Amino acid sequence: MNEHRRPVSPRTNESAIPNTDDESTSRALPGVTVNGQRQLLGDVASHTTALNWLRDLGLTGAKEGCAEGECGACAVMVASPDGAGGTAWTSVNSCLVPIAALDGQEVVTAEGLGSPDDLHPVQSKMAGNGSSQCGYCTAGFACSMATEFYRRGRSEPEPESPCDEHGPNGFDLHALSGNLCRCTGYRPIRDAAYALGDPDPADALAQRRDRPAPAPVATDLRAPDGRFVRPGSLDEALGLMAENPGATVIAGCTDWGVEVNLRGRREELVIAIDQLAELRTLRTVTGTSTPTETTTGNTFIEIGAGLTLSEVERDLDGQIPLLTEMFPEFASRLIRNRATFGGNLGTGSPIGDTPPALLALGAQVVLVSLDGDREVPLDEYFTGYRTTVRKPTELIGSIRIPLPLAPITAFHKISKRRFDDISSVALAFALQVDDGIVTRATIGLGGVAATPLRAYATEDALLGTRWDEQTVAHASAVLGAEGTPMEDHRASAAYRRIMLSQALPKLFAQAAEGRVDAGEEVSL
Amino acid sequence: MSTLSKRPVNPVVGASEPHESAVGHVTGRALYTDDISTVRRDALVAWPVQSTQAHALITALRTDRALAVPGVVRVLTADDVPGHNDAGIWGDEPLFPTEVMYYGHAICWVLGESTEAARLGAAAVEVEYETLPSVITVSEAIAAGSFQGTPRVSRRGDIDAALSQAAHVFSGEIETSGQEHFYLETHASLAYYDEGDQLYVQCSTQNPSEAQAVVAHVLGLPRNAITVQSLRMGGGFGGKETQPHGLAAVAALGATLTGRPVRLRLNRTQDITITGKRPGFQMTWTAGFNDDGLLVGLKASMTADGGWCLDLMQAVLSRALCHFDNAYWIPAVEVHGRIVKTHKTSQTAFRGFGGPQGVLLIEDVFGKAAPALGIDPAELRRRNFYAPGQATPYGQVVKDAERMPKIWSKLLESCAFERRQNEIAAFNDSHAHVKRGLAITPIKFGISFNASFFNQAGALVLVYQDGSVLINHGGTEMGQGLHTKMIQVAATALGVPRSAVRLAPTRTDKVPNTSATAASTGADLNGAAVKNACDQIRERMAVVASGLLGVNPADVRFSDGAVTGLGAAEQLSFAEVATAAYLQRVQLSAAGYYRTEGLHWDQESWTGSPFSYFAFGAAATEVEVDGFTGAYRTRRVDIVHDVGDSLSPMIDVGQIEGGYVQGAGWLTLEDLRWDTSNGPTRGRLLTQSASTYKIPSFSEMPEEFNVTLFDEAHEEGSIYGSKAVGEPPLMLALSVREALRQAVGGFGPAGHPVTLASPATPEAVFWAVDEARAATQAATTQSAMTPGTTTQGTSTAAAVTTDSEQPPSLTPERSSILANP
Repeated sequence: MNEHRRPVSPRTNESAIPNTDDESTSRALPGVTVNGQRQLLGDVASHTTALNWLRDLGLTGAKEGCAEGECGACAVMVASPDGAGGTAWTSVNSCLVPIAALDGQEVVTAEGLGSPDDLHPVQSKMAGNGSSQCGYCTAGFACSMATEFYRRGRSEPEPESPCDEHGPNGFDLHALSGNLCRCTGYRPIRDAAYALGDPDPADALAQRRDRPAPAPVATDLRAPDGRFVRPGSLDEALGLMAENPGATVIAGCTDWGVEVNLRGRREELVIAIDQLAELRTLRTVTGTSTPTETTTGNTFIEIGAGLTLSEVERDLDGQIPLLTEMFPEFASRLIRNRATFGGNLGTGSPIGDTPPALLALGAQVVLVSLDGDREVPLDEYFTGYRTTVRKPTELIGSIRIPLPLAPITAFHKISKRRFDDISSVALAFALQVDDGIVTRATIGLGGVAATPLRAYATEDALLGTRWDEQTVAHASAVLGAEGTPMEDHRASAAYRRIMLSQALPKLFAQAAEGRVDAGEEVSL
Repeated sequence: MSTLSKRPVNPVVGASEPHESAVGHVTGRALYTDDISTVRRDALVAWPVQSTQAHALITALRTDRALAVPGVVRVLTADDVPGHNDAGIWGDEPLFPTEVMYYGHAICWVLGESTEAARLGAAAVEVEYETLPSVITVSEAIAAGSFQGTPRVSRRGDIDAALSQAAHVFSGEIETSGQEHFYLETHASLAYYDEGDQLYVQCSTQNPSEAQAVVAHVLGLPRNAITVQSLRMGGGFGGKETQPHGLAAVAALGATLTGRPVRLRLNRTQDITITGKRPGFQMTWTAGFNDDGLLVGLKASMTADGGWCLDLMQAVLSRALCHFDNAYWIPAVEVHGRIVKTHKTSQTAFRGFGGPQGVLLIEDVFGKAAPALGIDPAELRRRNFYAPGQATPYGQVVKDAERMPKIWSKLLESCAFERRQNEIAAFNDSHAHVKRGLAITPIKFGISFNASFFNQAGALVLVYQDGSVLINHGGTEMGQGLHTKMIQVAATALGVPRSAVRLAPTRTDKVPNTSATAASTGADLNGAAVKNACDQIRERMAVVASGLLGVNPADVRFSDGAVTGLGAAEQLSFAEVATAAYLQRVQLSAAGYYRTEGLHWDQESWTGSPFSYFAFGAAATEVEVDGFTGAYRTRRVDIVHDVGDSLSPMIDVGQIEGGYVQGAGWLTLEDLRWDTSNGPTRGRLLTQSASTYKIPSFSEMPEEFNVTLFDEAHEEGSIYGSKAVGEPPLMLALSVREALRQAVGGFGPAGHPVTLASPATPEAVFWAVDEARAATQAATTQSAMTPGTTTQGTSTAAAVTTDSEQPPSLTPERSSILANP
């Protein structure tokens, strides 16, 4: 396995975010570069969303359609690190992100993509293709589409894709999975996307990709409604947390932003940790390289808690097939571009999509604090509905996935809608069958109890038995009795329960048809 | 050919034009109501206080604490209303209620210097309630005798005789859910007094004239004191036909009392919990067929969930009672319709307006009957089509009835129906856990407002000396492309290029007394009015040109910006003729007007000819169902649809595709759930956000989507031979529901009648699969159902005969008829 990032160096300041700017003094004042022009934040409230701030600038192309990151009408483009020293244009729900979190960053809106007299290729294709009817969602679609237009390597043949939703030009339709349109039925939007060529070499936004993304900027914005801090280092973050046990820690804001918008949540102190370099590494650790490791054995893949799902998806590049299967089912591209692994575990929600998968992978959570690190098996991490063993002074530093992986894995998400929905039940399987006998079985469940669960009884029913219909029937009955499913607007309790008992037969049928992810030996 | 439907040479209509605002849409430059509001820095923000009870008297309303919140300027209550405290037109919708009628009902409105101030102010308003009994579901309402409006009956022939003599009789019941419009733009209004001291309201409304009327009666002002503009809407779908007007009145009242502009935009949660929806219907039916599979009679009842006030429900019920026949001849009919009153949001217009529920009823009949009759569903439907000369149950002869079988066979051929049916049968035989289904359904939809007086429209067309043209009309733009079509109509009628025509926003001070842009009539009515105005101007200009060209006025031709005379060598530009007309003091503006001729309707006898014509179409949909979960995908959709001679093909195809997907959302995905418990939040809408109420996303887009416009489609007597297109395609989505039924049937024994809930969510499909499998198991084991087999909901499968080669016994169906007269 390749190491995609340099190893974590906890407690050192070598990756600290500079507090002072070495290029110009204007950086000292919080500001965001919008469509190429730097705009100062001024006396903005700490809870003001990027969407409302942009609209107050007169950039009203981005709209509020839902205020919870479900519809994408507010989508804008943000210049983000591409993992190789350059910049990737990344689509973001501007309704969920406080503008303070974008201090020092570069944003492009539909207005910045092109103008009526000089349409961007994406805009030109959409306008000519009947891709807009009422037009309210359109600027957001244009931004989501443009980020995929600029994705490096898009038009090169996809070696292995998790789904077949790609255009002949390599356009990944999942780039638009977080954008809703109520008028067109989507076909003309898809056709516009699939008709896009490659960016012109002279295209300024294409050229921008060759330079590094803006460096993270330490921010301390104090406003009457509260204080927003982006600490310069992990130590600084942990120190702030120790001093302010009531502070809210945010990363991608895909959960917190909903609380702010829909439930009026306001905080005196918000600490943003998503750009801390210490939390943004992805690496494979072998037994000898980290003598401090305790329980995970020799070798594991470590995913920094501050990496977004999109970044992990990109950097893993298919190395963990179970996660490869999960990624397209996790919310939408717009959400995955902001949501982090740490955040998904940090909320402690019983219906997050990563916990079942990580449980099946036997993941460990590394909790860091000024007192040092501790490693907690994920199945011991959740303690109740949205509660965990994490102390207020601790941060999730990383998630460790032990190697080797089980060869048979599958992720089953039961939901009303295939893209961009919340699961009513989610199951993840990691099995190994040797000479017809089940030798490894870990199963993670979501949506069937107050916390994500390991299906221990089912695992026991499988282990050591022959992998055949009889075992599957028996284990299914056990699995059907795991958890305590509830009835709500997403599904009845009976349906949730029966989805549990349907999952193993489905997996068995998939395995028989060769349709499950067969894990590959990970080369070390 | 009528002058209205005849196209000149080189018409601009008929060209595939992008939406007139497409460039504004993609660049973010196109403005919507709340975009305009952002530049009004001095505007106050209005925020509602919403009821936390389903039904209660307000015993105390204290605003002191709200007024103490920094930035709160005023709280609007009933005491502030100088005119009539009502948000609607029937007098049953108090704008500031003293009795809350649903959970979320807006009680009063807080005006603040910012959204934050208004929100915090609203949270500080104290409301005390005296709880009253509430009725949430249709069943509860029926039990409680809670009805509103007037029940209606559609009757023809002797239904009892027809059913008693029928060779096959089936019955069923279906309860279909409502639907939230989920236009991407939530309701918004901006009100202020302009420099002429006129009250100006920019409102996201499909019906500016009604907004004007409601604002006028709330403020006690004459309508001429108020101008309402609807620049464009971010979607409407009927949800902005009546619902914006109380909100506009709140903004207008705030502006009147404070002297400041007032901005009101509902957030998504407020929009979903305050405003009206498509009504759910509870329907029961009994249908008789002869041995050839021909329907001989239909007896049914439809109970519509009317919500807390009447709103448009009487008209919605009318359309349901005029569409349960869909495309089928039913000799004997007795269908009862009634409206219950429940403690929910109002139930209002939504694309199709009762038509979809009516069509769902009859398609459910065919979907259930076909396997029992042993006739292929596609063939069964075809056999029952109207023949030319036959009339609907309400007595209107079905004009152009021959188009339906033509469309049908064209579609069967173009989608390779028979070949794919065979392929699907082979696929299903070889796949135990995945089944496919392919179904074709028709639509016949009546065009015109059921209430005849609405079928009128006005326009104002101005030609300037430079030859540029400015048009106004009474229709509103919600994304359906009406303005694009109107520009094309004006350019065609005046013989100028599209680029010479500009369209100005819809305003009540340009065209008065307009009807809602609704009932799919926008282009028919307003197009005819625009053309009428253009014709007047062109005829006057023809006289001027005839003098210049030395020809008879009747021999002057206008085309593509040039004015020529038959036999005349000289050619003038449109601008030259306009200038000449001005110099000769010839009027270059005109008010256009149109009324649809030949409509009449008697709601007492439920007879008449309420529709100008019918739109026809058919869709074939293929789905694949996963037997483990009930999840499904739409693999392919083919549609042939009749839009007359299309005014604007790209726009029309967009309406067809979008309507289909929206209909598919209603039938398969969108699931309004209300708290029906007796807990403290009884009556609360549980699916009140985008994360809980799911509209179709990219994953519901048909993987292959082929739409063809029917080509022998000229509509005599309609604007340039075109037909309405807004609503009819929504009901083409019945084919996805029927395809799901077919696929589910693949898990059961031959002849298994599939009962499918609506919406057919993955869970609902799963239970139907479960039932089908149970039937298979019962059929193969020749015994009672195995213990441990799960069943859910109505379990009609248990009545299926154990012999899978035979159709199920009809006896239980007959007995259920007797039990349920």
